[in-house]
Amino acid sequence: MIEQHVVQASTYAADIDNLIMLVAVLGGFWFFAAQGMFFWLLYRFRERPGHKAQYVTGDEKELKQWVSIPHMLIILCDVAIIVGAVMVWMNVKQTLPEPDRTIRVVAQQWAWTFVQPGPDGELDTEDDITTTDELHVEVGQVYHYQLESTDVLHDFSVPVFRLKQDAVPGRRIVGWFEPIVTGEHDIQCAEMCGIGHGAMAARIFIETPEQHAQWMRSRGDAVAAAD
Amino acid sequence: MAAQKQNFFMKYLWSTDHKIIGMQYLFTGMAMALIGGYFAYAFRMQLAFPGAEIPLVGVVSPGEYNAFVTNHGTIMIFWVAMPVLIAAFGNYLIPLMVGCDDMVFPRLNRLSYQIFLISAIIIIASFFVPGGGFGGAWTAYPPLSADSAYNLTPLGSSMWVIAVALEFVAFLMGGINFITTAMNSRAPGMKMFDVPIVVWFIVIASILFMASVGPLIAGAIMLLFDQQIGTGYFDPRTGGDPILYQHLFWFFGHPEVYVVLLPAMGIVAEIITVFARKKLFAYKIVLYTAIATGVLSFFVWAHHQFIAGIDPRMANIFTVTTVLISIPIAEMCFVYIATLYGGSIKFSVPMLWALAFLAEFLIGGVTGIFLGASGADVYFHDTYFVLAHFHYTFFPIAIISVFAALTFWYPKMFGRLMNETWGKIHFWITVLCFNGIFLPLFVLGMWGQHRRIYNYEHFPELATQDMQNLRIFATTCLVIMLSAQVIFLLNFFLSLFRGKKAGKNPWRASTLEWTVPSPPPHGNFETLPVVYRGPYEYSHPDCEDDFWPQDAPPAEDPS
Repeated sequence: MIEQHVVQASTYAADIDNLIMLVAVLGGFWFFAAQGMFFWLLYRFRERPGHKAQYVTGDEKELKQWVSIPHMLIILCDVAIIVGAVMVWMNVKQTLPEPDRTIRVVAQQWAWTFVQPGPDGELDTEDDITTTDELHVEVGQVYHYQLESTDVLHDFSVPVFRLKQDAVPGRRIVGWFEPIVTGEHDIQCAEMCGIGHGAMAARIFIETPEQHAQWMRSRGDAVAAAD
Repeated sequence: MAAQKQNFFMKYLWSTDHKIIGMQYLFTGMAMALIGGYFAYAFRMQLAFPGAEIPLVGVVSPGEYNAFVTNHGTIMIFWVAMPVLIAAFGNYLIPLMVGCDDMVFPRLNRLSYQIFLISAIIIIASFFVPGGGFGGAWTAYPPLSADSAYNLTPLGSSMWVIAVALEFVAFLMGGINFITTAMNSRAPGMKMFDVPIVVWFIVIASILFMASVGPLIAGAIMLLFDQQIGTGYFDPRTGGDPILYQHLFWFFGHPEVYVVLLPAMGIVAEIITVFARKKLFAYKIVLYTAIATGVLSFFVWAHHQFIAGIDPRMANIFTVTTVLISIPIAEMCFVYIATLYGGSIKFSVPMLWALAFLAEFLIGGVTGIFLGASGADVYFHDTYFVLAHFHYTFFPIAIISVFAALTFWYPKMFGRLMNETWGKIHFWITVLCFNGIFLPLFVLGMWGQHRRIYNYEHFPELATQDMQNLRIFATTCLVIMLSAQVIFLLNFFLSLFRGKKAGKNPWRASTLEWTVPSPPPHGNFETLPVVYRGPYEYSHPDCEDDFWPQDAPPAEDPS
């Protein structure tokens, strides 16, 4: 449904898509059942000469079943959806796997700044690599991101990861992702942030270890040259 | 001449008659709907033809685009759905349907409309001040909304807050009237379960509104202080918290959905019973599901904030409550569908609208489950999927059910019938185009298109020709749909003079408003009615006719 147009580029993208599928199947069943019944009744009981409507109060026991049985079945479907939703949520948002790398994502009106640790693997040291509107990550690595905003609300959205998280000024929000396929994709700001909101785009480059190492070297040279 | 002029003024502009106040709300709401529709036209055209010179608008700048989007939402909810569904029909119908001569507090009622009118003028005026109208989305999240250095609309954003706060004041006054009138002024004999469902639902909606709006009025005042006198309630630099505002907003914002949904559902109940000639299936279940929905609606608000930076554990609780609210709502829909069973269904224009409400609202209901399930919302949040979902709830609520109500009660309001053929043409164009607009937007949302973007050129994965074609298709449907409203307006105004005389009860309905002349005189009833039975006694075996008016005395007992 979604994956044909937006690839599943993180470990949890497929989980989210499957949950969406579960809701589509259960909700779709009730939707078509209700619409089918609705249109059948409209046809079956259309006004015809010589036919008078029946007097039905709806308090009759055998008729009430038509509402009370679906009522029970919907509770069952709801439970299935809640369990699915909570399981996916726990994995994506509530638990943090041990990170291989930690990066910082800083949102501002209207640009993205990404800070990566340099060769020492530590943030907030001299060899940090800072990029604007470009995020380079390595496939197969678990990333933690520290999301910050310097002004208003923004939202760090990477559709191919199925990742969205608001950036709130005054807070550092930590989340995670693990890319599983290489490629170049959109990063969006998905929270209204002023007149430049429509132009607050960035790109994510998911690279093989070799590509990523090469990129790190080229950036490291740039950092060294600037010193 | 002077005396006549004063009469006109006193009768139509300074009236305390609930019917006139209802119409004031109705016509103001319809005028605001035209403005909201114009905004939709402006930003949809920009999306379909980015940067083009749009007829009747001109070139849309990013700032104007944001202002159009923001105020389209604000106006359609606060100045169209609420005034028309609750204030206009609540005012017009409650005294007539419960069998009394006017609202309990008529002058409070008049003040309610006057404050509402002022709020409408302020929101329109905000477009003409330096900096232009507010563009920070209808939710007005701070810090963007709180600081003009961020939003660049120093006056527009404050006028927006003031207008919204005044509108709430107006509806508090209206709500007091609706609840008190329905509770205290019912005709003798009208027991709790003899009250027409639409009256019940407007009362429940008013209670929900009054119970939820307090935090938001507080939030609005705090926001206004942040904007104008430099307090820092929502500013992290001074120890404030932007997310506090989101809680205040959505604590009101989600019950608000049911505040407008319930009157719409009530209208549909009145119409399907009349045109199916059927008693409403399980009246008490309908009522209890509405109360259950109302109570639950106070415990779901944070599903708007799953990814807003709240504690992630909180999302689990709100997923449970949100998904559970599907139970009473689904049950209500089932009961309505069951009402059709065994009926003799006549597809007149009001009935077409009422049935379309059910069919379309089901789409809105089912797609809501994707968003209530936290794990799925991570992807769908702030995409066009959300937008399409809530338009499949709000369009049936604010537009389809309003057309149902207007075409149904028009003969009562104005004493004449609207043209049926033109009514059907208008119905089919509007409903087909509505689906043509929003079904593609579900697809765009699934493909990752996020909201409130004036031009997708900066996002290579969203700037494809496939997606642009869908945008153009949706916009085309919108333009056709908006044009088709001319048919309705002509039908509405020409029928005032040319329509067939309606008489008291053109639809052969059994509730009390159909027992008085059309239009009803000041004071409504010549002698106040006495009620003997429930509102939906259609095709009763003991009654010769296929409807049994609520005030018809029972036949003499033959024994």
